[in-house]
Amino acid sequence: MSSSPSLSDVCTQVRRDIVRMVHGASSGHPGGSLGCTDFLVKLYFEEMTIDPANWSMDGRGEDLFFLSNGHISPVWYSVLSRRGYFPVEELATFRKLNSRLQGHPATEEGLPGIRVASGSLGQGLSVACGAAQAKKLNGEDRWVYSLHGDGELQEGQIWEAALYASHHKVDNLISFVDWNGQQIDGSVEDVMSLGDLGAKWAAFGWTVLECSGHDLTDLDRAFQKARAAGGQGKPVVVLMRTDMGRGVDFMEGTHKWHGVAPNDDQLASALEQLTSPLADY
Amino acid sequence: MLDFLTAPQSELDALDRKDTRSGFGQGLLEVGHAQNNVVALCADLTGSLKMNAFRDAFPNRFKQAGIAEANMIGVAAGMTIGGLVPFTGTFANFSTGRVYDQIRQSVAYSEKNVKICASHCGLTLGEDGATHQILEDVGMMKMLPNMTVIHTCDYEQTRNATHAVAAHHGPVYFRFGRPKVPVITAADEPFVIGKARRVMTGSDVTLVTNGHIVWNSILAARELASDGISVDLIDMHTIKPLDEAALIESVSRTGCVVSAEEHQRFGGLGESVAACLAAHQPTPQRFVAVEDSFGESGTPAQLLEKYGLGPSAIAKACREAIAVKQGLPA
Repeated sequence: MSSSPSLSDVCTQVRRDIVRMVHGASSGHPGGSLGCTDFLVKLYFEEMTIDPANWSMDGRGEDLFFLSNGHISPVWYSVLSRRGYFPVEELATFRKLNSRLQGHPATEEGLPGIRVASGSLGQGLSVACGAAQAKKLNGEDRWVYSLHGDGELQEGQIWEAALYASHHKVDNLISFVDWNGQQIDGSVEDVMSLGDLGAKWAAFGWTVLECSGHDLTDLDRAFQKARAAGGQGKPVVVLMRTDMGRGVDFMEGTHKWHGVAPNDDQLASALEQLTSPLADY
Repeated sequence: MLDFLTAPQSELDALDRKDTRSGFGQGLLEVGHAQNNVVALCADLTGSLKMNAFRDAFPNRFKQAGIAEANMIGVAAGMTIGGLVPFTGTFANFSTGRVYDQIRQSVAYSEKNVKICASHCGLTLGEDGATHQILEDVGMMKMLPNMTVIHTCDYEQTRNATHAVAAHHGPVYFRFGRPKVPVITAADEPFVIGKARRVMTGSDVTLVTNGHIVWNSILAARELASDGISVDLIDMHTIKPLDEAALIESVSRTGCVVSAEEHQRFGGLGESVAACLAAHQPTPQRFVAVEDSFGESGTPAQLLEKYGLGPSAIAKACREAIAVKQGLPA
């Protein structure tokens, strides 16, 4: 690559990867993946201190990221490969037999970048708490990031972990919520309302921030504010407003594309909307 | 150590009696001194698990998890990333059934080096009753790929096993209990994961057991010896991986086997024994285990007797197994 592409070009290319992967596998979760694309690209390309070429499970000296809502694996796999964790050609194996790119993220096949399995919801915040505490015990001044679906916050374990992080002052932990208001059966409000989400996290002892999950400038500001709020005895949560299906008009803003693959015509229509100077896998 | 078969009753009565959970507490303190990467988490049962000494010696490396076991398992999984060796502590019931999916996804499938330490297993938890007396935990844990399953019989074995568990890389389910039982293993006997321990050598029947039932099996073997029946008694403290070679070697000499355990028959040690022998050395077997029922309140001794895990029930099963071997009506 002669010059590095812009962040928004990477975002567009990742969105192309997502719809092509899900189409290729005839299954997967495009909606949440498209909605978290800008966040994950920003996180991996500009925010985290990482060393993809020398990836190790322990990640000593590096920042760590945990994807708790593991069903949006397409966006994570695409970002990891585009950031250099593994060859982009491997994206073509997504959800296929003998692939390292399992339907939901897993460690068993040794895919670089994955440190714990996720898919059964609600577990990633606990794992992120433990990893953040390990950083402290090991004397590492580094950040641990996590991402959670808003529907996922209906799992009780999330709130066990929220109590724990606050009680133990896990202040090197920054958790983002993919606040798209949608889940499989409909809107979060209709399925199981979360009420005043910011007040809930605040009541659990967290510093609460909000941002747009699509405006890269606003995301940049949110990362800076989150790190500035860290290290002061409280964990930080960022409620990130997103649109499910962002970037593909017929997928935007509806739960109907949570876990459905596009057909050939729908793929062609999606790719027409996503023009990128980067190459497809 | 004593020759348990021939020692006079007075010498058995004089054995020191200690709880296995205290062996765990002491072992945890020792591995804490030996390895500074050992950390411990407990879900509001620090005293019951005997984790106080570790907490007081290493306050930074002890994390109180509160009454929130699912989170505790996840935190432990996360702590392994960076090289820590976390030991979680709560009752066996809350260590397994309550958190099965967390163990399955975040620990076993993710190949995390978490040590799940489970006290108050089985009927001998006693008066608290069936809500707390888990009898299915070995089955749940042994079904998980990557999981090692250990169940110890006395204070010293539990203390020594804690060292072996800390040294082993990979997830372990480590089961021990509440009551005080005779100390029958030597303090300097190293614990080897996956290596069965022969308690007595005999020729008429193989008796495979573990945990608190090792003691009852010793008493059963003494009763049988008075009738001229010789028992090959194996302490199968590691249920997974099973020491198949020791088992096959024994039954090839005795020709019949009894399994005895403080657990449901479905999913327990006996089932592992049967699966091994069916594949390698088909052998008549009798099962001493809880027969598809929940427990109830009572003293440990009363419960072991009522649910058929006492010495006389074990001896009866041995006689039946021998009769089947001999082609006689059991």
